[in-house]
Amino acid sequence: MGSVTTVDRVMADARAASFATRSIKTAAKDAGLRLAMSMVDLTTLEGKDSPEKVRSLCAKAIRPMPDDERVLGERLPSVAAVCVYPSMVPVAREALGTSGVKVASVATGFPSGQYPLDVRLRDTQRAIDDGADEIDMVINRGAFLSGRYDIVAEEIREVTAVCADGGPQGRGVHLKVILETGELETYDNVRRASDLAIEHIRPGDFIKTSTGKVSPAATMPITLVMLEAIRESWLRDGKRIGMKPAGGIRTAKQSLHYLVMLKETLGDEWLTPDLFRFGASSLLDDILRQIVKRKTGHYAASYDFGLA
Amino acid sequence: MNDRLPILKTYKLAIGGAFPRTESGRSIAIKNPAGEVIAHTCHASRKDLRNAVEAALTVQPKWAGASAYLRGQILYRMAEMVEGKRTELAEAISATGATTTEDARTEVDRCTDRLACFAGWTDKYPQVLGCHNPVTGPYYNFSVPEATGIVGVLAPDSPSLLGLISLIAPVLCSGNAVVVLASETNPIPACVLAEALATSDLPGGVFNLLTGQRDELVEHFASHREINGLSAAGVSQAHRATLEAGAAENLKRVRVLVEPDFTDDSGFESPWSIEPFVETKTIWHPSGA
Repeated sequence: MGSVTTVDRVMADARAASFATRSIKTAAKDAGLRLAMSMVDLTTLEGKDSPEKVRSLCAKAIRPMPDDERVLGERLPSVAAVCVYPSMVPVAREALGTSGVKVASVATGFPSGQYPLDVRLRDTQRAIDDGADEIDMVINRGAFLSGRYDIVAEEIREVTAVCADGGPQGRGVHLKVILETGELETYDNVRRASDLAIEHIRPGDFIKTSTGKVSPAATMPITLVMLEAIRESWLRDGKRIGMKPAGGIRTAKQSLHYLVMLKETLGDEWLTPDLFRFGASSLLDDILRQIVKRKTGHYAASYDFGLA
Repeated sequence: MNDRLPILKTYKLAIGGAFPRTESGRSIAIKNPAGEVIAHTCHASRKDLRNAVEAALTVQPKWAGASAYLRGQILYRMAEMVEGKRTELAEAISATGATTTEDARTEVDRCTDRLACFAGWTDKYPQVLGCHNPVTGPYYNFSVPEATGIVGVLAPDSPSLLGLISLIAPVLCSGNAVVVLASETNPIPACVLAEALATSDLPGGVFNLLTGQRDELVEHFASHREINGLSAAGVSQAHRATLEAGAAENLKRVRVLVEPDFTDDSGFESPWSIEPFVETKTIWHPSGA
C-alpha cells in the first residue's frame, strides 16, 4: 500500500463531538428520521436465530409499522436490508421476495475471520448462491495487527472477485468490508485498514466499522476517520465508497448525529441507502417512536411496535 | 455582622440514580415568606419526563423481581435515611412558611413511620389482595397481585413531604417504579428526600423525581404510553380531566385523591392503598388428585 495517513486523535474526537451539537428540529427532523429509517440494515446475528425469527424480521423490514397509514396518514419507507447469518439467507430471500429490501449476509467466517481462506471464500459463494444481494465480510485482524497487510489485501481481493462474479446473471453483489475497529486499537490503524480496504474493493462497495460482537462497536470518531478515508479516495480518483457504522447505534438522536456527520463530511451525494447504512437491531423501533411522537404528540411505548 | 457571601443551593432532578440538571436549563427560585430566595430548583421539561421514564423502564422489572423480603428491607432502609435527615427535612418543609417548624417535625416523623409500615407490607399484601379461588375440578386456582409497572405520581402542594411519601410508599412496596412530580409550591423537601434515598439501597431509577410545573407536565404524564398508572392528589379539576383523558389512550390506572387527610393512618397505611397499582394474575395449576 502507498503512503500512510496518521490521525490526530484529539481533533478527531473534538470534530466528531461537534456534530452532536447541531439543532435538528421539525421538518428537518422528520426528513432525517425517514432517511435514517431507509438506511437501516435490520440485523439479527445470534446463535439462537431461527427461520421464524428471520421471517418475522423480514416482515418488519418491509413494513416497519403496519398501521402507519392509520396513525400517521402516510406510508413509511422500508428499511434497506435484512442482515443475517448465511444459513438464514434462503429464508430471508423467500420472505423478502420482490419487496426491494435487500438480503445481506455476513460471511467469510464471521465474526472472527479466523478460518482458512478457501473456507471463507466458499462461505461467501454459498451465501451468494442462496440469494444474498450483499456480503458483509470480516478481515483477519490478527494478520492486520501483526503487519501482514499483504494477507489482508489478498483476502479482500479474493472476496471481491467472488462478489463481482456472483449474483443474478453474474451482475455481482455488493460487498461490505468489516474492519472491526474495536480490535484495531488506534485511529491510525482504523485509517490504514480503511485505506487498504478501499484500495481493493469496487465503487459502490462499503467499509463497515464492526461486527457488533466486540465492544466498543461503532463510535462517532471512528466513523469520522473512515468517512475521511472515503472522502480522500473520492477526491483522489473519483471512487465512491459507502459507509456502514454498526453496533451501538440505538437511538434516533444518534442516527441524526451520524447523518449530520455524513452530510458535513461527504455531502448530499452520500445521503442515500446506496452509500450509507446503519447496522442496527433496536434503532428502528426508536426511530418509529420518535416519528409517532412528532405526529401525535404522545410518547409511545416500546411495546407499541411489533417485536423482531 | 456576618459578611460571608451566601451559598444558595440549586436542587437537581433525580433520574436513574443520578442527579442531572433539567435538559431545558431552566430553574425556579424558591422564596421564604419574607420574599427572599432560599434555593433554586430545576424547572423540568417533558424531555426530562421522557428520560425518567426510560430510566424507570430499565430497572422496574428487576425491582419487581426482587424478593419481597429484600424490598421490605430496602423500604425500611429508606425510613432510616429519612430519619437521618429529620432536621434537614423539617427545615425544608417549613422553609416556605407553609407550616410551623413543630408541625414540620411531626410531618417528617409520620413519613418515617409510613415508610416503615410499607416495609412491613411487602411480604404480606399478596396474602390480603390475592386468594385461592374455589373451582370444581382437580385444579388449584390462585389469584396473585403483580406490579403494574411504571407509575407517575403527582404529589400535592401540601403537605409537601407527607403527601409525596404517602403516594409513593404503597406503589414502591409492590414493585412498581415511580416518576414523581414534586409539590409545586415547595419542592425542596422532595429534593432532600431524593438525596436521602440515593443512599438507601433503592436501585437507581426506581424513584425518579422531577420538579417543575403541573400545567406543563400533566398532559405528558397522562399521554406517555410507557407510564402504566397515575397516582395524584391535590390536583385541579382541569388537571384531573387531562389525566383521565390521556390515560384512556393506553388504559392507564388512574387514582386521584380529592382533599385527602394524609394524617389518617388507618386509610393511608392500609393494604388497599397498594391495590390500585397491582395487576391480578390468575393461575390454574393441576392439583394432581
